Amino acid sequence: MYQGDDRHERAPIPGITKERTEKLIAETLAEMPEKARNKRAPHLGANEPTATCCAVKSNRKVVPGVMSQRGCAYAGAKGVVWGPIRDMVHISHGPIGCGVYSWGTRRNLMQGIPGVTSFPMDFTSDFQEKDIVYGGDKKLEKLLNEANELFPLAKGFSVLSECPVGLIGDDINAVAKKMEEQLEKLVVPCNCEGFRGVSQSLGHHISNDSIRDHIIGKFEFPDPVGPYDVALIGDYNIGGDVWAAKPILEEIGLNVKSVWTGDGEVEKIGATHQVKLNLIHCYRSMNYMCKVMEEKWGIPWLEYNFFGPTKIAESLRAIAGRFDESIQEKAEAVIAKYQPMMQAVLDEYKPRLNGKTAMLFVGGLRPRHTIGAYEDLGIQITGAGYEFAHQDDYDRTSPEMANGTLIYDDVSEFELEKFVEELKPDLVGSGIKEKYVFQKAGIPFRQMHSWDYSGPYHGYEGFKIFARDIDMAINSPTWKLVKSPF
Amino acid sequence: MAEKKLRQIAIYGKGGIGKSTTTQNTVAGLAALGNKVMIIGCDPKADSTRLILHAKAQATVMDKVRELGTVEDLELEDVLKWGYGDVKCVESGGPEPGVGCAGRGVITAINFLEEEGAYTPDLDFVFYDVLGDVVCGGFAMPIRENKAQEIYIVVSGEMMAMYAANNICKGIVKYASSGSVRLGGLICNSRNTDREADLIEALAKRLGTQMIHFVPRDNQVQRAELRRMTVIEYSPEHKQAEEYRQLAQKIADNKMFVVPTPLEMEELEELLMEFGIMEAEDETVVGLAENA
Repeated sequence: MYQGDDRHERAPIPGITKERTEKLIAETLAEMPEKARNKRAPHLGANEPTATCCAVKSNRKVVPGVMSQRGCAYAGAKGVVWGPIRDMVHISHGPIGCGVYSWGTRRNLMQGIPGVTSFPMDFTSDFQEKDIVYGGDKKLEKLLNEANELFPLAKGFSVLSECPVGLIGDDINAVAKKMEEQLEKLVVPCNCEGFRGVSQSLGHHISNDSIRDHIIGKFEFPDPVGPYDVALIGDYNIGGDVWAAKPILEEIGLNVKSVWTGDGEVEKIGATHQVKLNLIHCYRSMNYMCKVMEEKWGIPWLEYNFFGPTKIAESLRAIAGRFDESIQEKAEAVIAKYQPMMQAVLDEYKPRLNGKTAMLFVGGLRPRHTIGAYEDLGIQITGAGYEFAHQDDYDRTSPEMANGTLIYDDVSEFELEKFVEELKPDLVGSGIKEKYVFQKAGIPFRQMHSWDYSGPYHGYEGFKIFARDIDMAINSPTWKLVKSPF
Repeated sequence: MAEKKLRQIAIYGKGGIGKSTTTQNTVAGLAALGNKVMIIGCDPKADSTRLILHAKAQATVMDKVRELGTVEDLELEDVLKWGYGDVKCVESGGPEPGVGCAGRGVITAINFLEEEGAYTPDLDFVFYDVLGDVVCGGFAMPIRENKAQEIYIVVSGEMMAMYAANNICKGIVKYASSGSVRLGGLICNSRNTDREADLIEALAKRLGTQMIHFVPRDNQVQRAELRRMTVIEYSPEHKQAEEYRQLAQKIADNKMFVVPTPLEMEELEELLMEFGIMEAEDETVVGLAENA
């Protein structure tokens, strides 16, 4: 279960008040047509950390005419959940574009030999007119046969539906069932047509359901089950995050038996019902399966946060608290061991960053999960929002933010520009579509979906890199050289 | 000589009403009167040209596309055939029921014919013979802008055929408001029901249109079909051939093009009751089983 934040309330941020934030929201809304204004108003709010229920509305359809940053169900399935599983072939079933533009863009790193034991390539059924008119089921069968022949070491296949498949009613479930028997390998259908739902979030849910129906419980770990077996859920190994997080858990004496799904192996994912505890990092994209494993196999789950030394220490203690004293002792030893290293990082960067402010707009967990890491460096967060979060995400965000700070759900380009213009943060952390807008405005920016070609940012190793990158962005002398021609 | 104006005509109607047979016999009639005509079958069953071509089934646009891989590889001569009276014949084709998207097949085929120049200037008429139920946008393709401007609905005195005709009129209203498609009339393909001609005349009047012709039922049509021929070609002297020639002439001379006024369900039922097709509804028995 969710534990909540046990830290005391944030100190007020100079210049940030509920009144000022509400005025800013009102001014921003005033520039919209009435219908859009009425729809957007509930999604924007001034934070009240003590409120029992979060201030803003979420998980609703985008308002037409605004520039939204959202993806689709297919993006959530291919890009987030399935793509990182390294030993499966992931098939984008439909016309070519969806497959190509989701290919290698998320920096979910993987081990293995490409084409032999890992499959980071783009597999697609490349629909033509004839496939729409006559259906793509036969082509899918052929593709599966060919892919299996070309890549015999692949442990299975995921079939990810693009929009047209849902429109013409191609029965990928029947093809998957037939081919699973024929190839004697996993063939997992995932009905993640892009038009389903309001954002990529539904794609995560549908993918979780596919794992529930086709993978979990089908395998067993080769070695005997132990008392310290855990699984790492919702870490997608962006820039190598898993490789920075997993060793810490192993150091405190836990056996990380499987990772969902960063650098993931499908047979281990399918045996996760044997672990003792599920540790979940990205709650938004994988809470569904944690709840399934809890209900069906009685496996408890625990949310944790590996961004920055404060949250790492808090999380390690909470995790160790679920085990015996030997683990708890090792956790304390690990925290103590890395303390000097972390202190050295803070000594180097905090003097240059202390008192700065940042605004965040990212995906499913980072707006709240990274706050601690910024705060460790002395940076305060004056605004945060999510692309595709739900109510429970905002409930978890409110306590992490100071009173009166700005919360914005599914923020549009117009709104975010306006907010940044007024709050003048020292850094904006968001996606590639926002990056150049703010950099051209002379505002330091980090692309926080793929760690801006850097990373890892998780764990102790990750914090060193995070601190360096944030310092590099905010304190780069470049900004002093830029002169406006106007 | 004044430049010829191509008339594009779409034939709609309930499934099994005899659209393909009526269309081909009418087209044969127009050809016999000296007109240049093209038929485009817009139904995956691909039976819109067999009587003109004396063929079991013509190679369809979509079948050839499937065979060759892409529509770009296809040539017009692969799919365009000439039949009786120099009638040009094309079938869009499409999937078996239950798979894929037949509507997209119609769109793909018509786009292909336009791009490849199948609509030559010598043509007087193009006929689109469309699948019974306009289930999706694809089957409305023939009546979009710059395509068929005239629609004829094949109907009979049977209740469901009239329901279908009324529903098709609702669709025409939608397209008539955004384009210039108009209803040219109802063709009654007789099923020998009671007071059939009067009933269809009355329906046509309510819809704001005309019954352009009453085609009586005659087994000569089936005898010709067994030889994969139209009556016009099989037995030009037969009285049924004369019926189709009359229909063809009436269509050629038709000047009455309207935006139909479809009936509300109650109005349609009233009409059916008036002609004794339907009994007044007894609300007390609705949902009751025989032995209840």
